[in-house]
Amino acid sequence: MANISRSFSGRRSAADVKLPPGQYLTTDFPVLSAGPTPHVPLDHWEFVIDDGTNILRRWDWKSFRDLPTEIFTVDLHCVTRWSKLGTSWEGVSLDTMLAEVKTDASHAMVRSYGDYTTNLPLNDLRNKQAWIAFRFDGKDLAPEHGGPARLLVPHLYLWKSAKWVRGMTLMHQDKPGFWEGLGYHIYGDPWREQRYSGDK
Amino acid sequence: MSSQSYDYLDGNAAAGELSKIFAMDVTAAEGQCAHCGATKRFAEAHLYMQGPGLVARCAVCEHVLLRLVNAGQRVFLDMRGMTCLILDTSQVQESSG
Amino acid sequence: MWRVGTIVALHDETLTARTITLEVSDWPGHLAGQHVDVRLTAPDGYSAVRSYSIASAPNPERRVELTVERLPDGEVSPYLTQEVATGDRLELRGPIGGWFVWRTEQTEPIQLVAGGSGVVPLMAMIRSRASAGSTAPFRLLYSVREPGAVFYRDELRALSDRDHPVSLTYAYTRTAPKDWPRPPGRIDAALIASTTWPSNLVPTCYVCGPTSFVESATDLLIASGNGRDKIRTERFGPTGDRK
Repeated sequence: MANISRSFSGRRSAADVKLPPGQYLTTDFPVLSAGPTPHVPLDHWEFVIDDGTNILRRWDWKSFRDLPTEIFTVDLHCVTRWSKLGTSWEGVSLDTMLAEVKTDASHAMVRSYGDYTTNLPLNDLRNKQAWIAFRFDGKDLAPEHGGPARLLVPHLYLWKSAKWVRGMTLMHQDKPGFWEGLGYHIYGDPWREQRYSGDK
Repeated sequence: MSSQSYDYLDGNAAAGELSKIFAMDVTAAEGQCAHCGATKRFAEAHLYMQGPGLVARCAVCEHVLLRLVNAGQRVFLDMRGMTCLILDTSQVQESSG
Repeated sequence: MWRVGTIVALHDETLTARTITLEVSDWPGHLAGQHVDVRLTAPDGYSAVRSYSIASAPNPERRVELTVERLPDGEVSPYLTQEVATGDRLELRGPIGGWFVWRTEQTEPIQLVAGGSGVVPLMAMIRSRASAGSTAPFRLLYSVREPGAVFYRDELRALSDRDHPVSLTYAYTRTAPKDWPRPPGRIDAALIASTTWPSNLVPTCYVCGPTSFVESATDLLIASGNGRDKIRTERFGPTGDRK
């Protein structure tokens, strides 16, 4: 049983909001990382959807930015227990991008510049649930928050919203990504508190 | 190929977490990177600790040396990124118990 | 593995930094250069852990001193520098670390290079040397923004002014005192050449501070002829805190 530290409350703020179980509200935007921040020049940037063997569709920065975009506000829930509500982004819906790909794959392994990966069911990337976001709070997405572009899948824990996204490999069965292979839940629904592998 | 952002700590910062698992101090141990073969003190590894887990990377090539996750009651440890860890048992100084 | 220490004294080092003296009844002893992890727990169970270098020399009184710098957007440092009172208890894990340490058996020249709050573990080494009566040759190059940010000034002056002194050089990076011979600026090759042990004496170097400081100071020490294996480093976060 830990020693309670007299009058310590940390960085959290109280609020009458409904948060997923075990989460605390935060007003800042912690920078969490598993490695060095990649610096990707826009003239080198690409987003590639492949099936493990063939490239199915590729966008460079120009063709990506020619796609229709949306401005949206979502809540973020990190598995390290902080939640940040009402964050404002601009990005391209995955519905738009996946519409250009014919596939019967069930899952995707999302890949980032650097070595980060995370896996999701394809259905969680469809139906207005996911975006490739390139602006946050009205400004270009900063590198430490995943710029030039990151995946955003707010209905799952934030580790699924891969920063510095560079593409995805479509798969016919689920496979664990960087954190899913080391103790984190394969799916990661914050409302069912699916933090760790073995959580129901 | 080191990070330009200086947003990493070093192996010393991981020693407290690793003391939960290792009986001996790991910071003074030499570790060989499985990717580039560089052998360096674990204290010199680049440490990223602010994410869902702890990630130690080779200071030379930035490949992952070691990862640790506290997952509730369990600790997950992945050391595939190191070919080996070499500890000097003549240094009696143990990590905290 | 978590021990409990009771705060027995508090001492402000600067406007933003405070030394906390803890008595830890089951403290096993420590070596100069080691650190502790401090865990704070809120009544609702939320907890935060931060690492702090031990500032005190090894001593038989089970006394552990931590010098904590308050970070403007810190989560833990404002609490430790402004809220805690004597009598409060803190949980700590440690002592931690076996590489970035100075042992009293070491007799070779020692070059200490401190960036800001990186001086804390180096001060433990200086204090350890003093209390052991060691005459190992010690030099400290202490890089700091401005005079008001210096920790342990009086103690360092006293130690620089006696037999077998710790030679002391301040490098002010933002604002220097009036009539200071060197204009404000980061440490550079010229300062290394003029104030640190010549590399042919094969000193063991200890460099501590924010990561960017440690990388640049280490590069300078290597460029002046010190072997990489003779340089031990400890990096704090970019703002000088380990998180």
